[in-house]
Amino acid sequence: MTVMPAITYNFAYLDEQTKRMIRRAILKAIAIPGYQVPFASREMPMPYGWGTGGVQVTAAILGADDVLKVIDQGSDDTTNAVAIRGFFKATAGVATTTRTQEATVIQTRHRIPETALTAGQVLVYQVPIPEPLRFLEPRETETRKLHGLADYGLMHVKLYEDISRHGHIATTYAYPVAVAGRYVMDPSPIPKFDNPKMDDCPALQLFGAGREQRIYAIPPHTRVVSLDFEDHPFEVQRFDKPCALCGAQDVYLDEVILDDRGGRMFVCSDTDHCESRRADGHVGPLGAPPPGKGKP
Amino acid sequence: MAAPLSDEAPLLVAEGLSRLYGARIGCTDVDLEVYPGEVLAVVGESGSGKSTLLSLLSTELAPTSGRVLYRMDNGLRDLSALSEAERRLLLRTQWGFVRQNAEQGLRMAVSAGGNVGERLMAVGWRNYGDIRAEATSWLDRVEIAADRIDDDPRAFSGGMRQRLQIARNLVTRPRLVFMDEPTGGLDVSVQARLLDLIRSLVSDLGAAVIIVTHDLAVARLLSHRIMVMRHGRVIEAGLTDQVLDDPQEPYTQLLVASVLAA
Amino acid sequence: MTYLTPSSPSPAVLAVTGLSKAFTLHLRDGLRLPVVSGADFSVAAGECVALGGPSGAGKSSLLKMVYGNYRVDAGAILVTDGPERVDIARAAPRRILKLRRERIGYVSQFLRVIPRVSTLDVVAEPLRLDGASPEAAAGRARDLLARLNLPERLWSLPPATFSGGEQQRVNIARGFIAPRDLLLLDEPTASLDAANSAAVVELIAGKKAEGTAILGIFHDAAVRTAVADRVIDVTRFGASQ
Repeated sequence: MTVMPAITYNFAYLDEQTKRMIRRAILKAIAIPGYQVPFASREMPMPYGWGTGGVQVTAAILGADDVLKVIDQGSDDTTNAVAIRGFFKATAGVATTTRTQEATVIQTRHRIPETALTAGQVLVYQVPIPEPLRFLEPRETETRKLHGLADYGLMHVKLYEDISRHGHIATTYAYPVAVAGRYVMDPSPIPKFDNPKMDDCPALQLFGAGREQRIYAIPPHTRVVSLDFEDHPFEVQRFDKPCALCGAQDVYLDEVILDDRGGRMFVCSDTDHCESRRADGHVGPLGAPPPGKGKP
Repeated sequence: MAAPLSDEAPLLVAEGLSRLYGARIGCTDVDLEVYPGEVLAVVGESGSGKSTLLSLLSTELAPTSGRVLYRMDNGLRDLSALSEAERRLLLRTQWGFVRQNAEQGLRMAVSAGGNVGERLMAVGWRNYGDIRAEATSWLDRVEIAADRIDDDPRAFSGGMRQRLQIARNLVTRPRLVFMDEPTGGLDVSVQARLLDLIRSLVSDLGAAVIIVTHDLAVARLLSHRIMVMRHGRVIEAGLTDQVLDDPQEPYTQLLVASVLAA
Repeated sequence: MTYLTPSSPSPAVLAVTGLSKAFTLHLRDGLRLPVVSGADFSVAAGECVALGGPSGAGKSSLLKMVYGNYRVDAGAILVTDGPERVDIARAAPRRILKLRRERIGYVSQFLRVIPRVSTLDVVAEPLRLDGASPEAAAGRARDLLARLNLPERLWSLPPATFSGGEQQRVNIARGFIAPRDLLLLDEPTASLDAANSAAVVELIAGKKAEGTAILGIFHDAAVRTAVADRVIDVTRFGASQ
């Protein structure tokens, strides 16, 4: 049951004019896949770095019958995820869920759910730094020109530097991609493990950067290619063990420290995926009872 | 030794080139032609307009009047009519620009190999091994030891930075290279080595060069032809040894007389 | 030695007509120093012509005008370039450079040293620019340096630190290595001893036999007698001060 606050907000907090402005930016972003559309980012009742860009995008697309899921590094129950979910519960009164397949809108920070997304779903990314060229070219006027001319040699310089320093492409997150064969895009700090999920995805993917005032998008079923070299092809991380709790293979794992004597385990970073599997009876090497119940 | 393109037609032509800064003259009414494989020195003191001229020729600055033409596959093209994309492609493939201040001509936070490889990657090289091999060979040509390939230029001396800048610019074998006081601010012994390197690389590649310098000895050593500028105008031009050994204009005679054994 | 001009059977490689030149010294209130006025002469293939006259008569300046190094106030300097005759006095800089690359050799009194380039490369360069293989050019350079008695230990060093006589011989070797229609020699034996002068005389004779036209300044009377077919007295061009 929702207790309405004494102050009444417009649906999903933002006023309708602002939402229209943001929707126009979103439509343009969808029309030009991977292109960063500037928009007049608003002050939100939360600090920058807490997903103000993603929140504004979500607010602009949310309808009364949407079902919202919010994840932070794959988890539904971190402070950031709980706070944003609570924010929309309070200001829009929409239903929320932690189940990926039940959600119509999923706002995310730093992950793409393990459960394959489906047509009709929208994935909204929170983006800290939208400009993939920023690392080598600090001038905004220049990066815009480089995008305009598809002059992307610099991106490969970054990858070259990686290989020359580490012997392989050491970029493991925010790994740059070419969208629809045209714009190079920063997919936000998701692990490169998630990069292949962006390619030909049936769901709509929207990216919002609040402080930098940019929105960009990957429409459903768009080609998304991770940049690489012929002799150093793109590869995702591999984990040599399955999830300690649910036994899942081929998912992205987080390291969890169990005690102060070096004990640790690797578990699904996607908490919903892990719980669903355990509910279905999958058990990993350290599965049931769940961590936290055991004595250190 | 690569033979230059047919050298019967000019590579770059400037016609009536002028640039005003308000009422002040940057440079005015300059006509010139540069042919393939030819080294043209533009000399003069600070404020003579030689750097403005270089900026105009290299399209970094738009002229107030006049135009610059460049020979492309389909004949002489007015550079102001090129699209930004064409212009940039030209800049990173057929042209080079070596600057006095290496920090403007290099990416200081990128390794030597990355600096040299950038143009290759920009024109579509996508094999790390090939890019690295080419960068190594160019570092060798500019006398930078192969084991410095992963160091960034902040760790390099002034002379090394300039040599790296040269490798970075010449790696795509440009037809035309602009140089703005490339030896300025370097010790004399370092200058000599750099000049010798520029001389031999330019002649090996058959590249045309427009070099701006206040140093007549640099012009003497590197250039075929020379233009003397003063107050934004070209006051004397011709064969380098002729202008320096038999200067006609009072100002040129003064310049030559002010230098020891140019 | 004769001041008479025998009519030369072969066509002139170089024909100078009505040549005038004065220096204007703007730094000295526009002081005018006449060099030559109305100079006329020609040099045929296989012929060696010496410029004669006292110091300051304008011999070196004449040579430099023919090379395009000094400008000309009036007159023409026609050099045969295949089917063409090019007027050095009016030719575009690129044209002059082309003639220097292909037709005209010049041995100045002083070697203009290029830093860090070895003697062997300094000497071989003109032949390499002609398109000879590096090995062939280096081989020819070695022959010449040996004929000029330059110690072999010096060949791999840049000539910057050499003595005047050593530099002179490097300069001669460089000037003589590639075949040229016209060779300009400015006191090639000035700082050489008798043995080395004799080597240069022999080289000049060889060039003449190949059909090269030579215009030179030779202070040493013995050398001049040995190489020159004629001497042109520059003082008769009426510009001595």
